[in-house]
Amino acid sequence: MTETIKADKVMDLKGLPCPMPVVKVSKGIKEVAVGQVVEAISTDPGSLTDFPAWAKTSGNEILKTEQDGKEIHFFIKRVS
Amino acid sequence: MEALEQQIQEMKARLEGVEKRVPSNKISMIVFSGDLDRALAAFIIATGSVAMGVDAVMFFTFWGTPLLRDKKKQAGGKDLMSTMFGTMLPKGVEQLKLSKMNMAGMGTAMMKSLMKKKNVASLEQMVEMAGQLGVKIYICEMSMDLMGFKREEMIDYPDLTFCGVAKFLEEAMDSRIQLFL
Repeated sequence: MTETIKADKVMDLKGLPCPMPVVKVSKGIKEVAVGQVVEAISTDPGSLTDFPAWAKTSGNEILKTEQDGKEIHFFIKRVS
Repeated sequence: MEALEQQIQEMKARLEGVEKRVPSNKISMIVFSGDLDRALAAFIIATGSVAMGVDAVMFFTFWGTPLLRDKKKQAGGKDLMSTMFGTMLPKGVEQLKLSKMNMAGMGTAMMKSLMKKKNVASLEQMVEMAGQLGVKIYICEMSMDLMGFKREEMIDYPDLTFCGVAKFLEEAMDSRIQLFL
């Protein structure tokens, strides 16, 4: 059993190429409160390296990354 | 004891000096090129930077200057040379060409249709997004003057300033990253 994370906000970023997923998620994370979780769904393979880099630089935390076919689900906790 | 206090004071003064020299979390770019591909890269980096929490500053000079002209705006009272430059140089981002494989415009058209198909934001959209994100744009006054461009024919952009090299250097010195594109 994998633990399920409840997202407070879901962002559909499917079909968007670089730099849109990161640009959109950086805006979207500011719309939830600190400690809340955003689930971002991207189909851009570059996101796999871009999201952790963005999270590290912007000071947010990726709780879990799930791949479901072409879809990549990121569960990101707003830290600051 | 007094010697120790004096040492602490000296250390404090030195630390302040060092802190002043630590650059901000900022990227400064010189956009020298007026090529579609390079301009696109510049705007992708700028918007990406803001997403990363890094302020972005773009300084447009030389061939980069005409891409900030507004295609709908006209400026009168130009001499022959200025008018010539004005017609020969691209008027706005829509008219930019690829630096390679342009093939009399065919390559550029193909790249644009590919971008649309693959959902890559167009340069027009990137400029608009940069404005919304608060990317600062500086335009080199000297390039404007050389090519005979007037302020009233440049795009409406939220944070646009006309300046010289000193302003860019001030920004560059206060940035962690500097790029020349």
